[in-house]
Amino acid sequence: MAHDLGFWTLQALNALQLSMLLFLLSIGLTVIFGLMHFVNLAHGSLYALGAYFAASLAAVGGYWMGFFLAPVAVAGVGILLYSGLIKRMRKSGPMAQVLVTFGLIFVLLDLTRIFWGDLALAIDVPTLLGGRLTFLGVEYPTYRLFIIVLGLAIFGALAFVLSRTQIGAMIRAGVDNDAMAACLGINVERLFFIVFCVGCALAGLAGAVAAPLLSVTPDMGLQILIPTLIVIVIGGLGSLKGAIAGSLIYGFVQTFGAVLAPQLASVLIYALLAAVLVIKPEGLFPAKG
Amino acid sequence: MKRAILAALGLATSFAMPAAAEDIKVGLLLPFSGVYASLGNEIETGFNLGLQQFGSETGVTFEIAREDTEVKPPVALGKAKKLILQDQVDVMVGIVSSGVLGAVRDMVHGAGVPLIVANAGNDEATGASCSPFITRMSFSNGQINRPMGTWMAEQGVRRVFTLAPDYAAGRQMIDAFTETFTAAGGEIVGQEFTPFQKTQDFGPYLAQAKASGADAVYVFYAGGEAISFVKQYDSFGLNADLPLYGSGFLTSPLYVNAQGEAAEGVITALHYAPTIDSEANAAFVAAFTEETGRAPSEFAVQGYDAARALIEATKTGANDRASLATALRQVSFEGPRGQLSIDPATNNIIQPVYVYETVAGEGGLTQKVLAQLPAEADPTNGCEMAPLSN
Repeated sequence: MAHDLGFWTLQALNALQLSMLLFLLSIGLTVIFGLMHFVNLAHGSLYALGAYFAASLAAVGGYWMGFFLAPVAVAGVGILLYSGLIKRMRKSGPMAQVLVTFGLIFVLLDLTRIFWGDLALAIDVPTLLGGRLTFLGVEYPTYRLFIIVLGLAIFGALAFVLSRTQIGAMIRAGVDNDAMAACLGINVERLFFIVFCVGCALAGLAGAVAAPLLSVTPDMGLQILIPTLIVIVIGGLGSLKGAIAGSLIYGFVQTFGAVLAPQLASVLIYALLAAVLVIKPEGLFPAKG
Repeated sequence: MKRAILAALGLATSFAMPAAAEDIKVGLLLPFSGVYASLGNEIETGFNLGLQQFGSETGVTFEIAREDTEVKPPVALGKAKKLILQDQVDVMVGIVSSGVLGAVRDMVHGAGVPLIVANAGNDEATGASCSPFITRMSFSNGQINRPMGTWMAEQGVRRVFTLAPDYAAGRQMIDAFTETFTAAGGEIVGQEFTPFQKTQDFGPYLAQAKASGADAVYVFYAGGEAISFVKQYDSFGLNADLPLYGSGFLTSPLYVNAQGEAAEGVITALHYAPTIDSEANAAFVAAFTEETGRAPSEFAVQGYDAARALIEATKTGANDRASLATALRQVSFEGPRGQLSIDPATNNIIQPVYVYETVAGEGGLTQKVLAQLPAEADPTNGCEMAPLSN
């Protein structure tokens, strides 16, 4: 099938849009891991919660209410999780942490089913972002462009905070060597808490943003978990650069794989993951040089 | 005195026991958790409604043992064993996923327990791996799509791009459509199978469909994938030049309202739509709406008709595993879907297929039936079964 330039532009935009959605999720997970050495497998469930909160809030006060309040609500759930479970699990070793957060996936899954039911929910795209824009010579849904812009904006904001502000320096110090950072008078525990909440809020934001695009189902958190983990393993744990690079690689491999080699579409990304693990087991841009 | 009364009571009950209606134990094997939980609940609601509506027509009473398959074949096999060996059920009803049906098939066949399939559509279940104990009251994947190929060609659609998830059902649905569509002079200009339950973004495939030069797109998607697909199809603005057709699970009444305006104008084929104009359907829709507050889906009617088939079978006097299996193969009645019967060659249901358009109605989306395509028996597909002896 011969395709013109417009076709490839469209596919590149699709890839970028998928990358940005994954970036919102993986950045939270990767920084939490980098800083706290804590694998929160329930991160995907927080994304699903974000989508459900957004769907409920949108039914009451329109899309924007869901968009702004869902991340706050998910951060609230994050605070509960942190003070109830994760704080106690901090010293109990990775295996126990993985098991607890893995169990949490199923608890949250069934809670969403109990509260919202099994039937899929949906939110309408807000009128402001409905329709299509002509962009680089192709017609593209405005809402998808909004996701790309939002992802880039969050990336820019996080890059600024992490590299130019004092709290960013503290986080980087904590990721690099938390014991040393604590010796220098940084309240590492409080830092953990803030980062955890921001990570949860970003997962909630990703859910709220994804809700009008996809369907809101109880298992959406499980579906997104594997891609997110692949992103942070490819990108390297704990770094912003790794999260954005991993997201872009995943988005482009997935999208162009589906176009160019559809039979291999689902295998390609795993093959790439295996290759990265063999050649550079620490990922492409690990936080600790 | 008290003792005498008690003794009399005891005597009365012991006499009453044999006189009481015969009891048939039904094992309901459905997913109540996992991705198909909503379908399991819908089928159960339909099944219970069917027992309520028609239960008085038969002398027997039903005792129900309910098990959750979790949509996991090994789990379902364990639950089927429990129902058959421990609960000693006379008949089993359910099975949503074809994978689960494949897992329990040999167990059911070997134990000689009749199973009424209330969803799983794998063609092979009433083809190469058919069994005289397995009667399907739902549909087969090919059955729904085969008439649609001919119908679309008749409507003047010439060039079609197809899309479906990459698993057995997706391929069977699209293959059946392709077969009749090309036989009627149509051309398939492109065909893609997307990774099953791993595809959330259909953007890349939609761009391909748009570039393929097709007149129309024909797809099979169900559940969450269907919602995402229809919404994304609309967001790319493809509806205008490239009408969307498909198997009716795409716009099932169970979740069409989650698709919203995006689903308007989509034309699909299915064995049921809640707006079928018949007395039997009106009664069913009214009863179901009263129970749940919304219109029934094809899954609900499958459960409802499974209950009805069971009742029809018991009306012939069947009361144990062997006689129920034989009776179930011969049931035939007029239900919400129209005239139903069981094909003696394969044990698959024979039923009409409805082409409907999803349109805006009062209080949400509704289904406008465009055509009723005649009932056809599936090809035997290698099914070799002893013919009915009586």
